[in-house]
Formats: sequence, structure tokens, C-alpha cells
Amino acid sequence: MNNAQLRDEVIRISGVNPSKCMGCGKCSATCPAYDEMEFHPHQFVSMIKNGDLAPLLKSDSLFRCLSCFACVERCPRGVEPAKLIEAVRLQVIREKGANHLKPESVPAMVDEDLPGQLLVTAFRKYAK
Amino acid sequence: MNVRYFPGCTLKTKAKDLDAYARRSAEALGVTLDEPKDWQCCGGMFTSANDEVATKLSSVRLLKDAAASEQPLVTVCSACHNVVKQTNHAMQTDAAFADRVNRYLGDDAYHGEATVYHYLELLRDVVGYGAIKEKVVNPLKGKKIACYYGCLLLRPGSVMRMDDPENPSIMEDLVRALGAEPVIFANRNECCGGYMTMESPALAQKKSEAVIRNAKANGADLIITACPLCRYNLNKQSDDLPIVYFTELLAEALGVKEEPHE
Ligand code: SF4
Ligand code: SF4
Repeated sequence: MNNAQLRDEVIRISGVNPSKCMGCGKCSATCPAYDEMEFHPHQFVSMIKNGDLAPLLKSDSLFRCLSCFACVERCPRGVEPAKLIEAVRLQVIREKGANHLKPESVPAMVDEDLPGQLLVTAFRKYAK
Repeated sequence: MNVRYFPGCTLKTKAKDLDAYARRSAEALGVTLDEPKDWQCCGGMFTSANDEVATKLSSVRLLKDAAASEQPLVTVCSACHNVVKQTNHAMQTDAAFADRVNRYLGDDAYHGEATVYHYLELLRDVVGYGAIKEKVVNPLKGKKIACYYGCLLLRPGSVMRMDDPENPSIMEDLVRALGAEPVIFANRNECCGGYMTMESPALAQKKSEAVIRNAKANGADLIITACPLCRYNLNKQSDDLPIVYFTELLAEALGVKEEPHE
């Protein structure tokens, strides 16, 4: 897919209209992962709007979003940035062999109290 | 009354307390929790993309079972509640998605007819906090309790529809009904770090520490939560502030807190 097709696909599967964004930055201001992101939620919105997806597809920021939905709740324009980030992440992990989390790496991360909920959630976010 | 009850995977393993105290308390309040047969994991997290079908089927099956039974579906884990409610909402509002799901399942069309409650909503809206207050045998007097909501219980507010997502009171009002004093703190609806504890433990640690620091600064003796993952993350960063499930507190106040899970 070229950039324009990819943008249309991301917009279609997220159901988000990035053109509604007024660039206030409130989503990024409230984002708990802000410090660890190369591209912040408002940048995802504007870059997707502009079809500038290549840097996003390569960025670890995709895997830093906590899906906490704070940006969704607090955006004054109802843009729902987290859904765009999710749609871009899916473009990456849906490629064959592109899983971000591999089962082999799990045992080293597990301790006795770790809830199963954490494992299924991480796999849902990071792998297909 | 009878309701369909979906405990979810983690309540069968690491979060047995959340489940056991929920069951005992329900019994004490005259509610029978019917667990459907052969349920499957909700997946822990809803994928918002509207072309994702397979990951939502377990929730749809559960919802269809509840609709057929004509009972509301009750979940107690924050994550299950979030996934099941978001799936039901998608079945109600996204005709193309519902059509794909129904064609895949190949039987009666389902369009979100089931009613889904979080256990807290069952307490507030069906049983009633007034009725609970009357059944309290062991009022939790003098305890200062910080109610931690995290993300999954409340957001997105337009779908969860259980409380004001920015200024909730459903847990604080329960704490009052049980005779204790709620502690309101700013971080009560900020993320604990969630699943980031695998990808970036330092980030998760920072988020959980902030929650604990903020609860302590406001004088909390105890934090309550409805989420096994929140409890796990907060526990890792807490030395002396206990983190317990809200159902444990409820069972204690109702006088049914015996040894769980035998
Ligand atoms: S909060 Fe909403 S309107 Fe403001 S920058 Fe973010 S997406 Fe755009
Ligand atoms: S959902 Fe993701 S992008 Fe939005 S505020 Fe939470 S961590 Fe940040």
C-alpha cells in the first residue's frame, strides 16, 4: 500500500476523522506515556491526516500507548486519537512475522503473582 | 433475583479473592450469580478497529447467552466489563460489524439486546445502596478508603455509561454505605501502567507509584480496586498501603468474609 492508501485504511478501520482535530494538544498533555513517546498523540493525528505514515510505522511509540483512553475521553473535539494509534499498530503487527511480543520472551518476564489478564492483554496489543 | 455472571479467566486463577467475595456478598444480598457453561476468555482488551472480528466473538457468544436467558450479564473484573460492554456497543451501533459477526456465527442475528452491568452497577442500580446499608453487620467505621478506578471501569464514558468518567462516585458511595470514609484523590482515574509492565516496566512503575503517593498524601489507609492488573501493578510499588478488591471490603461489612476459595 502507498501512503495515501494506508492513510485511508487507518481512517476506515479506526472510524476516526483526523480532520476534526484543532491541534490543541490536550490529548498529549493528558497522555501517561508522553515522556516515552517519540510521536505524541496529537502528532499521530496530524501526521495521519497529512498521509505522513512512514515514520509512525517505524516508531516504538506504537507500543508505548497504554490504551488508557484518557486522550479519547478528554479531547474537546471527540477525535479519539487512541483509535488511530491502534489502527496504525495493527498495520504493523498484521504483517507476517511482525509480532512485537514473542511467546519465547514471556517466561523471563513472569513472576508468581502476575495475572493471566496481563498476558492475554499484552498479546492482544502486540501480536497477531 | 438471578443474573448471568461472567467471572473471566483471571478470577479463576490469580484473582480468586475478587470472585469468591463477589459470590458470597451476592448471596448475602439475595442475588444468585448463574455462571454460563463453557465461556471463553474476553481477551483482556478491546481492539477498537472495526475490522477486527475474531477477537470479539467470545464476548458476543457470552452476550447472546445472556440475551437468551433474559437475565442481565454481570462482570466484576474491570477488563472483562470493558471488553464486553464495548463489544455490545459495537453490535448495537455498527451495522457492518454486526453483520460480519452474525454471518460468522451463522445463527440468529444479535444486535446488542443484552444488558451488561459491572458488579458495582448491580449493587447501586439493582440491589440499591440503601438496601446494602441495612444489611451491613460490621460497619467499617473510621477506615479511610481510596477508591481506585483506573481506566477500564470508566472509559470510554460514552460506552461504559456507569458514572461520570472524570468525577465518579459509584465506589465512594458504596464505601459510605459500608460505613467507611472515602478518600478522593486526583489519580483515582489515571492509568496504573496496565500491560506496559511487560514492555516498559519503568513506565508502569512510575504510573503506579504516582497513584500510591497521591492516595497516601490524601490520608488513605487502604486502596480498593476492581481490576487484577491494577492490583498487581500497585502492589509492586506499595510497601505499607494495602491494595484490596472492593468485593473483600463488601464481604467484610456484610459479615461473610470467611476463608475464600475452598
Ligand atoms: S485533544 Fe483532540 S483536538 Fe486537541 S490535539 Fe488532541 S486530537 Fe486534536
Ligand atoms: S490511550 Fe494511549 S495515546 Fe491515549 S492517552 Fe492513553 S496512552 Fe496516551
